[in-house]
Amino acid sequence: MKSICLYFQVHQPYRLRTYRFFDIGLNHDYYNEFANSSIMQRVAQKSYLPMNKLLLKLIKEYGSAFKVSFSLSGMALEQFEAYAPEALKSFQELAKTGNVEFLAETYAHSLSSLKDKDEFIRQVQMHAQKVEELFGQKPTTFRNTELIYSDEIGATVASMGFDVMLTEGAKHVLGWRSPNMLYTNAINPNLKLLLKNFRLSDDIAFRFSNQGWNEWPLTTNKFTRWLNELDKKDEVVNLFMDYETFGEHQWEETGIFDFMAALPGAIYKNTDLKFATPKELGKQLQPVAPVHVPYPISWADEERDITAWLGNDLQKEAFDKLNALHGKVKNISKPDIQRDWLYLQTSDHFYYMSTKWFSDGDVHKYFNPYGNPYDAFINYMNVLSDFTIRVENEGVHVDEELKDIKEAVSSMSEKAEKAVKKTTKAATKKVKKALEKGKELNFDDIKDMSDSAIKKLLREIDIETLTVALKDTKEDLTERIIPNLGARARKKYNELEKELKKVKKSDIKKYRKAIGDKLNELFGK
Amino acid sequence: MRILMFGWEFPPHISGGLGTACFGLTKGLAKHGVDVLFVVPRAYGDEDEQAVRLVNASDVMFDLEDKEYKEFWSRVKYMEIGSNIIPYVAPEDFEKVVEKNKKSGQEFTSNVFSRRYQFSGKYGTNLMEEVARYALIASAVAQKEDYDIIHAHDWLTYPAGIAAKKASGKPLVVHIHATEFDRTGEDYNEIVYGIEKEGMEAADMVIAVSNLTRNTVINRYGINPDKVVTVYNAVEPVKSKETQAIKKNVKEKVVTFLGRITYQKGPEYFIEAAYKILQKDPNIRFVMAGSGDLLHKMIERVAALKIADKFHFTGFLKGDDVNHMFALSDVFVMPSVSEPFGIVPLEAMRINVPVVISKQSGVSEILKHALKIDFWDVDAMADSIYGLCNYDALSETFKKYGKEEVENLKWENAAFNVKMVYETAFR
Repeated sequence: MKSICLYFQVHQPYRLRTYRFFDIGLNHDYYNEFANSSIMQRVAQKSYLPMNKLLLKLIKEYGSAFKVSFSLSGMALEQFEAYAPEALKSFQELAKTGNVEFLAETYAHSLSSLKDKDEFIRQVQMHAQKVEELFGQKPTTFRNTELIYSDEIGATVASMGFDVMLTEGAKHVLGWRSPNMLYTNAINPNLKLLLKNFRLSDDIAFRFSNQGWNEWPLTTNKFTRWLNELDKKDEVVNLFMDYETFGEHQWEETGIFDFMAALPGAIYKNTDLKFATPKELGKQLQPVAPVHVPYPISWADEERDITAWLGNDLQKEAFDKLNALHGKVKNISKPDIQRDWLYLQTSDHFYYMSTKWFSDGDVHKYFNPYGNPYDAFINYMNVLSDFTIRVENEGVHVDEELKDIKEAVSSMSEKAEKAVKKTTKAATKKVKKALEKGKELNFDDIKDMSDSAIKKLLREIDIETLTVALKDTKEDLTERIIPNLGARARKKYNELEKELKKVKKSDIKKYRKAIGDKLNELFGK
Repeated sequence: MRILMFGWEFPPHISGGLGTACFGLTKGLAKHGVDVLFVVPRAYGDEDEQAVRLVNASDVMFDLEDKEYKEFWSRVKYMEIGSNIIPYVAPEDFEKVVEKNKKSGQEFTSNVFSRRYQFSGKYGTNLMEEVARYALIASAVAQKEDYDIIHAHDWLTYPAGIAAKKASGKPLVVHIHATEFDRTGEDYNEIVYGIEKEGMEAADMVIAVSNLTRNTVINRYGINPDKVVTVYNAVEPVKSKETQAIKKNVKEKVVTFLGRITYQKGPEYFIEAAYKILQKDPNIRFVMAGSGDLLHKMIERVAALKIADKFHFTGFLKGDDVNHMFALSDVFVMPSVSEPFGIVPLEAMRINVPVVISKQSGVSEILKHALKIDFWDVDAMADSIYGLCNYDALSETFKKYGKEEVENLKWENAAFNVKMVYETAFR
């Protein structure tokens, strides 16, 4: 019996406003509040709310036999909270049914997996936490931004404890193999991979309303027939798509909602497929083989690579300049800096700079608020310049704090030094008193001396002398001396001590005597 | 003395260097008691953004209550002729503009002329037809009006000037603000070159905006040197309070390029110099303001050099934004490959911005307080910019004496020289 796995991606970026050179250094408001709120509200009305309602109805109708999975980016979640709380509520209702799995992704829908492992891990954890807060489930399945995947990224995801990861069933990676099976990561076989069946997914997501397509119109009968025509050995059909497909990319008038409403029924009637979530599939299916992906793949465009985001010099420059700030940003706790750091990492900003479809640009243009990639680049770099200035100004504050701390430390150590001098003086007096009793000091007497006196002595003799003198000596003596060495001297002592294998007894004696002489010189008459 | 002048846009709203120059000159002439009948083609196709963006430099707003302005109008008669002629447009682009306007459903009516010169013909679909039609109307104007000299600015109005001369027998002065070689390099349009040459040959006197241009006129067009005179452009003084309120937005020094981003303006040399400087001194930001056919190529170059965090683009700047940009600038650079005159550095200097200009610009012939370099000498350009950014004594000197120098470049003086040319032509 085959499974069918539905996974929907929900994402909205924080679009930037027109930000000019003149704004740099003066204006720190980067976002087009009007566009962001109105787009979110429009898509919620046209897509999220009606489709959630439909899914809820299907779950009520079919019970545990109908399941779906979602990934909602942190950017989308924040915008739900700000502009469309009713949409967030309807996702939460879906979560309550228990038939919906919520996946983890990078909080900012970022490209951090390609450049910055620390930031990637941070964002995934951040997102998983947010999902748990909002939907009451701890994600065990991971999907990366735009389904970007490579062996290395998979290994990182596995190390974070995820069981399953979704990616594209890219032809150039699979070759003759079918995407309709469970695979594993090539480095860590604990991570199972579900691969998108891009033909059947895109039949719904991209081609559904295309009247030039020879299969148009797409009916549930036709679609279930295709499902039945799949190879007998196939185990799972992964239909992965943007959630905005329903009602936004494919308008309601195209009949997309009716299609989806009828699909589960048609699948039960015409096929023996059952619905499953990625988590369930990871447990139920036996992986057939590891899949080797040395270079990153994604679900975008014909090439299924990352050139839509990092394909040209503009994109690389913007991305590199952004990432160069990470070292500084991570030491700044200011919430507005942390917020902008996330918002500016969203992959859409780089997508807008793509020159790949400069001439015909249909899909790209649809999502792009800019007239051309150059305007997108200029605007982004202006914003990034201002952000850089803010980050560097924070750096100045950090430096100032550091200076304060350093000053405090140096005044403290001054005090400490004075205290040490005082006790040393007292100790010297004591020893002198003992000497007045006529006793000559020798090397072994060190064990009866105070710490400060030992320290004073140690300042006067070099480490080499000490090391030789301490060779084969009694433990109680070494225990008195070694802790009184500074960290650096102790390290040097340890190194020397290791090297020092055979020493003539006469030499040891000679060196011990030298120290004894020093002792008398310092504390004697 | 009364002049029939074929020119360009007119107050209260002017965009473009040529319009600014024509207006400044007319104003100066009025001060010397010269009356001007100013004829402009009133384009009904120029609302197109592409065409507007080809236009360079600042808008100048005029105070209509200004006394001087009223005085000026008492000496100037102004006339519009319905025409699709658009300044700075090559014949190929013209077709595109007209085609676009047709598609967008803009009407090309034939009754937009002033009442007396109703013209029954249709608008031409190519620039040459349009120039010829403009000339036809010009000869009608020439017969009805009374004047002593005909003065035509740049090639689009030369056929009109020639027609007027034939109709009236009055002497013709043509004014060369730019030649075809300045606009297109060696890949010039033969027809445009032909019209320019014909205009210069038919003229009794030729005015060139610099010696550089004068040499081109003599050497490339074979014009008799005796009738070619150089008269430098000037610049209107700016009210200083306009720019004083502007606060600088970044702590680094700002170095600006402002102009059309086209081959003849040398934008790529500016970028290479910026790259060199940024390797040594990160405390400088560079700005390229303007638009043009090389803009996208320049953005790509900046990204490839990995200096986009310190090199900014503003796109086309309108009106007040130009002065705003100057007010934020510490150095202005004009690396033009070929610039008949080049008024923008003067605009920068009059609000205290030191300038680096190429020796291949006409304005370098008259400016003393500017650093002059060969446009291709990126090292020298980088040196000059670095010096002005880092050595205050140098930049302060340039600011002080530069402003003084520019304030002495008055249209009144330029107009006086033009009047002398008229007198020569009249004799």
